[in-house]
Amino acid sequence: MRLVAVSPAAEAAGAHPGLPLAAARALVPGLTIFAADPAGERQTLENLADWCGRYSPWTAVDGTAASAAGLWLDITGCAHLFGGETALLEDLVRHLKEFGFAARVALADTPGTAWAAARFADAPTGACIAIPPGETARSLAPLPVAALRLDGATVDELSRLGLRAIGDLMGLARAPLAARFGEVLVKRLDQALGDKGEPISPRRPPPAFRVRLAFAEPMRISADVARAFEKLLTELCARLELAHQGARRMEFTIYRLDGTCARAGVGTSRPVREPAHLARLFAEKLARLDAGFGVETMTLAATAVDALAAGQLDLARDRDAALENRALGAEAAAARLIDRLGNHLGPGNVVRLLPQASHIPERAFREVSALAQPEDASAHAHVPPPAPRPLQLLPWPEPIEVMAPVPDEAPVMFRWRRRQHRVARAEGPERIGPEWWREDVNELSSSHRVRDYYRVENADGRRFWVYREGPYRPGVRPRWYLHGLFA
Amino acid sequence: MPSNPGAHVHPMRRPDPALLEGLRARIRKLDGVALAADGGPGALPLGTAAIDDALPWGGLPRASLHEVVGDGASADGGNAAAAGFSAALLGRFAAATGAPVLWCRRGPGLYGPGLTRFGLGPERLVVARTGSDAAVLWAMEEGLASGALAAVLGETETVSTTARRRLQLAAEKGGTAAFVLRSAHGAPTSGVAVTRWRIGAAPGFSPLVPDGRDSGGVDTPRWRVELSRCRGAHPSGVARNTQDGARPLGAARHTQNSARGLSEALAAWLVDWRDEPTGGFTVVAELRGGPIGDSLEPAPTHPRLRHAV
Repeated sequence: MRLVAVSPAAEAAGAHPGLPLAAARALVPGLTIFAADPAGERQTLENLADWCGRYSPWTAVDGTAASAAGLWLDITGCAHLFGGETALLEDLVRHLKEFGFAARVALADTPGTAWAAARFADAPTGACIAIPPGETARSLAPLPVAALRLDGATVDELSRLGLRAIGDLMGLARAPLAARFGEVLVKRLDQALGDKGEPISPRRPPPAFRVRLAFAEPMRISADVARAFEKLLTELCARLELAHQGARRMEFTIYRLDGTCARAGVGTSRPVREPAHLARLFAEKLARLDAGFGVETMTLAATAVDALAAGQLDLARDRDAALENRALGAEAAAARLIDRLGNHLGPGNVVRLLPQASHIPERAFREVSALAQPEDASAHAHVPPPAPRPLQLLPWPEPIEVMAPVPDEAPVMFRWRRRQHRVARAEGPERIGPEWWREDVNELSSSHRVRDYYRVENADGRRFWVYREGPYRPGVRPRWYLHGLFA
Repeated sequence: MPSNPGAHVHPMRRPDPALLEGLRARIRKLDGVALAADGGPGALPLGTAAIDDALPWGGLPRASLHEVVGDGASADGGNAAAAGFSAALLGRFAAATGAPVLWCRRGPGLYGPGLTRFGLGPERLVVARTGSDAAVLWAMEEGLASGALAAVLGETETVSTTARRRLQLAAEKGGTAAFVLRSAHGAPTSGVAVTRWRIGAAPGFSPLVPDGRDSGGVDTPRWRVELSRCRGAHPSGVARNTQDGARPLGAARHTQNSARGLSEALAAWLVDWRDEPTGGFTVVAELRGGPIGDSLEPAPTHPRLRHAV
């Protein structure tokens, strides 16, 4: 067992990461040790990245090395909200300190330089290093080559050649460097200097439309949260209107005092930017959002948008829903109802039953969320099945005991769910073969076999859909199933 | 009294037509079957004269609550006929209005390809699956009050009187027809629903059909449709304005009906659903409440509607 990380006090006493545990104990008697929890650390870091969403929608976890893990924040265009870059950094450090994290924060023109400065610049923990624009090369020069995010072997090799600081590398020709140490070194150098772009995927895709509200005093009462939410919503809808866009998905995030955040999202079946309708969709989700110890910041983002032409008049603001819907037109009103149902019951529970090209009865239709963009009906040109289909299909075909003449005639009598049914009339068989071209159809699956379907009517007039699995084989007792109920 | 009644008609004998119509409208309002606010058709005909004549409004009132009761246990799959009849009604409402319909139920089970024959294609039907009966009622109320749908159906076994009232109010608010589909084993009902239908499957071949006509194969749904409750209908003649005087519910007739297993029915028919050409109900026999029912003598010997196989 080895040490993974050490506290400043332990470091002062001589312990360092990588030291075997026994040696560390000998070196520092009374050393307190904790088992490493990489998954937990990762989770904490991710939560922290989410929380940093209060500064910028663009946050990512830096996963280059477990021991040097960090967070990326792209604060382009965000700093003015906090009173400047320095103020933003100070606010960030102060908050992190309150959460109990010792952080080193650096701000630079390029991610590479910020990474290097945060880890290797000569500044105490908790300091904010802001490298002014244009000072990148000068700030990088004195830093050790390890600040270029290189692996240990390369760093050792460079130092053997006397190339210890980044400044030593800057003057050298790139081609021999690349030939000697590999492409990575040159790439990292160029990225740190800004000669080469460095794309970093944000943890959550940054939304195109986002509004934010910060409070001087943390907010604890949910009624206040709801009021502030309305303000945000009005602002966002106004911005959407300017851009001729409507929201398809929206996400409301509250950033709590204790560094956690909570989200509530809604989806709509068509682009919307009317505050009243969106507020109704959010209403019950807001009630479930726990303000915890207090809300410091909240953001509202339209995470998916579609074009929506201007010109929808808001005539029916203060009237009740029915009147409003009449003013809207039937189609839009139905879309709104579907939004409400879908956000309450879950988008997968409000569905349309679309036909699907398959002979297998249980695959002949699929449920599509009614919230999804209404698809072109002609895309699913409905091919009427060769024979009538039942109104209700059982979730699974249920085995039945059947009396039927061999080799392949309709049942005379069958027993289903402990009730005997005498067959008065029958139609069939309708043979449905397996879809051999599908990969998941194998010898074991039940849809592998041919099915002979019969539509039967019992003496009371109830109609059932039953089938025999597999063709008739002498000496083998055929298996029968009941699959559906006719109206 | 004067000796010649023709000379002086008593003023009470000639009521003011406007007053009469006003009173009738008030009664309709109390009954929850007010005509549409814009004066449009308040009721949707079922498209078959025999049934439409039995309903005082010439069809099913739109802005009101209707109940469809299956006569079997739902665990036994015995509600399929009631579900089919409901689907056919929803299809008619959707076709007449052009608006979608909402079907609320717990869990899956509805089969898309089987619903299209009742006019409920994917563009017309939205299915809401809920986790509880309470959520079924919530979804129904939302759908009804929005006024954006042609009709709303909910499958639920327990509907309290309060829930019925709420549904009725929501139906009136949105001008939307509401249907509750349940099995006969559900909780006993007190009347808030404007109509109640009891639906059972019927054999394709029946001696009750005048010429013994077959339904035309297994594939034609045939149902026994009983109107067991209808607000504002006369119990014997239902709503039919018979010139020869409404016949009271005679003892002989009562026996006849109970012998046919049609106990509380106001009227009952054998109805086929024909897909061709556009889909519609066809009454093949009137079991009670009309001239065909009267002429159906003698009553079948069998206590239930069935035939020897």
